[in-house]
Amino acid sequence: MKKTIGGLVLLIALAGLQSFKGKPVQAPKPAAIGKATMDRGKRIYTQRCLVCHQVDGGGVPHLNAPLDGASLVQGNDKTKLVRIILKGYSDRVEIDGEYYSNNMTPLADLNDQQISDVLTYVRNSWSNRASAITPAEVKAVRAKTK
Amino acid sequence: MKKAFQILSLAMILSGYGISHAKASGDDPKKKPAKTVAADADNAGLKLPTGFGALVVAENIGRARHIVVNKQGDVYVKLTGRVNGKGITKLHDADGDGKADQITGFGQYGGTGITIKNGYLYASSDEEVFRYKLDDKENVIDTTKAEKIISGLINRRQHESKSIVLDNNGSIYVNIGAYSNSCQERDRQAGSLGRTPCPILDSAGGIWQFSADKGGQTYGDGVRYATGLRNVVGLDWNQQANQLFVMQHGRDDLHNIFPNLFTEKDNAELPAECMYALKKGDNAGWPYIYYDPFQNKKMQAPEYGGDGKKEGGKDAIDPVVAFPAHLAPNALLFYTGNMFPAKYKNGAFVAFHGSWNRAPLPQEGYYVVFVPFENGKPSGKWEIFANGFAGVDNITPRSALHRPTGLAQGPDGSLYVSDDQKGTIYRIVYNGK
Repeated sequence: MKKTIGGLVLLIALAGLQSFKGKPVQAPKPAAIGKATMDRGKRIYTQRCLVCHQVDGGGVPHLNAPLDGASLVQGNDKTKLVRIILKGYSDRVEIDGEYYSNNMTPLADLNDQQISDVLTYVRNSWSNRASAITPAEVKAVRAKTK
Repeated sequence: MKKAFQILSLAMILSGYGISHAKASGDDPKKKPAKTVAADADNAGLKLPTGFGALVVAENIGRARHIVVNKQGDVYVKLTGRVNGKGITKLHDADGDGKADQITGFGQYGGTGITIKNGYLYASSDEEVFRYKLDDKENVIDTTKAEKIISGLINRRQHESKSIVLDNNGSIYVNIGAYSNSCQERDRQAGSLGRTPCPILDSAGGIWQFSADKGGQTYGDGVRYATGLRNVVGLDWNQQANQLFVMQHGRDDLHNIFPNLFTEKDNAELPAECMYALKKGDNAGWPYIYYDPFQNKKMQAPEYGGDGKKEGGKDAIDPVVAFPAHLAPNALLFYTGNMFPAKYKNGAFVAFHGSWNRAPLPQEGYYVVFVPFENGKPSGKWEIFANGFAGVDNITPRSALHRPTGLAQGPDGSLYVSDDQKGTIYRIVYNGK
C-alpha cells in the first residue's frame, strides 16, 4: 500500500512538471522603473508608511491593510491611489476579502514628485509589479481633490 | 489511473473510519487515563521552562480569540469572523490523548470574549454579550438558545472587541475600547491635538459593569466601573485580592504624530503596556497621560501639552506592572491550578499578541509571560514563559506563524493558549518532578 502511494506521488509530481514544461514560472516582468525613483520612493516609504504597512509591505492582519499583493495597489485606478495618499482612508470596506480597523492618516504634505515616487515604489516592491505613477498624474488628481 | 485513485480513496476512507471508530470506543470515562497527557515531540514548536511540555490540541480552526475550558476538559473557543457560519467552536477529546477529535460549532456571531461562571457560558460579539445554560458537566444544553444579556455596545472599528469576566457577586465586566488612538481631533494625524474633555470616555475607553443574570441590558443598565483605559483585551478576576485586573493596550505613534518631540526609538519603547488593579471609580488616565516605564512616571500626552518630560495624571492610578511598549497584551489569567510548580500558584500569565508599532525597530512580544504574585500583588519580576509562537526570525505581523491571543486553565491545571493567526490551540503541561 505504501509503495502504491509513493509511486502515485511520483506520478503526480512528474505530471506536474510536464504541465509546466515550456512555460517556466517567473515573476511578472517589472515595469521599467529607474533606480533613482525606487530609492527616493523607499526613503519616503520608510519615513511615512513603514510603521503601519511594515518592512515587508504585509501590513498588520486585521489592523493595517497590506500593500504587497494588494489588488488595489497594483490596479489601474491610479486616481484612487493618489486620493488615498491625499485624503487618508477611514472607510469600513472589505479589501481583498478582509476588513482593517485602523484609520490611515492623510499625507497631503508630500509634494507631487514625492507621491509619485512612493506610489511607484509600492507598486514595484515585494511581489508587486505595476506601471509608474507620474508627478503629472498626481498633480491632475490633486487639482480635482478637495 | 483513475481506478487506482478510486481504490486508494476508498482504502483511505475505510482506514480513516477505522481510526475514528476506535477513538469513539475509547470514550468510556472509566478507561480514561488520569495521568498527564504527553507533550508533542517538538513541544508544539514552543520554548518552555525546564519540566514543561506542550502539545497542539487543534489547528487551523479559524481566528481563535479567547478560550475557556470546562470541567471535563472541553475547550470553547470564541472566533472572530466565523467558520462555516459559526462563531464558537467546541473542541472535545474523546480518547484522552489531548488532541481534539470532535470539533463542533454554534453561535452566529464573531467576537472575542468567552468565559464560564455559575453554570453559564458567556460569550460576546463586538456589540453584545450572550449566555448559554450549561448542564452539570458544563456542556451547553441548547446551543440555539442564546440569551442576550447586553446589547448596543459601541463598535466603531478600532478596539471593537468586547472582553468579559465575572466577579463572585453576580456582576459581569465588559471592556469597551476607545475608538481612537489618543482622542485627537483627527485620529493618528501628525500634530492634531487632543479633544478636551475627551468625548469618547462617555461611552467607551473603560470597563463597564452589568448584571450577569439579567436579559436586555444596555448602557443605561450598566455602570462605568473604570475609565481612562484605551483598550483592554486581557482581563481576569483575581480571587485572592477579589479584584478586577486588566491589561491595557497603550497608545501608538508618539513619533509619527509628534516627530519633533519623540524619536523613532521613543516611538518603539513608549509607552508601557500596563497591568492595572482596578477599583470601582478608578481612572487610568487615557488619553491625557501615558506611562513611561523608564522614568516610572505618568507623563502628560503630547496631544494635551506634554513633551516627554512633563508629568501628568495626578488623579490617575499607577499600573501594578509596566511591560515594554506595544507588545499587545491580549489575555490575562491568574493561575489557580495544581499541576505547575508552587511558584506559579496565583501568579499571572499574560499572552502578548506581538507588536507592530515598534517598526522600523525590531518587533517584540509574540510570547506568553509569567508574573509571580503573593496575596493578590505582584511579588517579583516578570519572565518569558512560552516563546517561539512566531516561528520566524525578523518577525513582521504578517510573517508570524502564530500570535498568542487567549489563555485558559484546564481542570487538571494545564494552561491553554490560543492563536488567532492560524487558529492553533496549544496546551502546556508540566511533567517535571
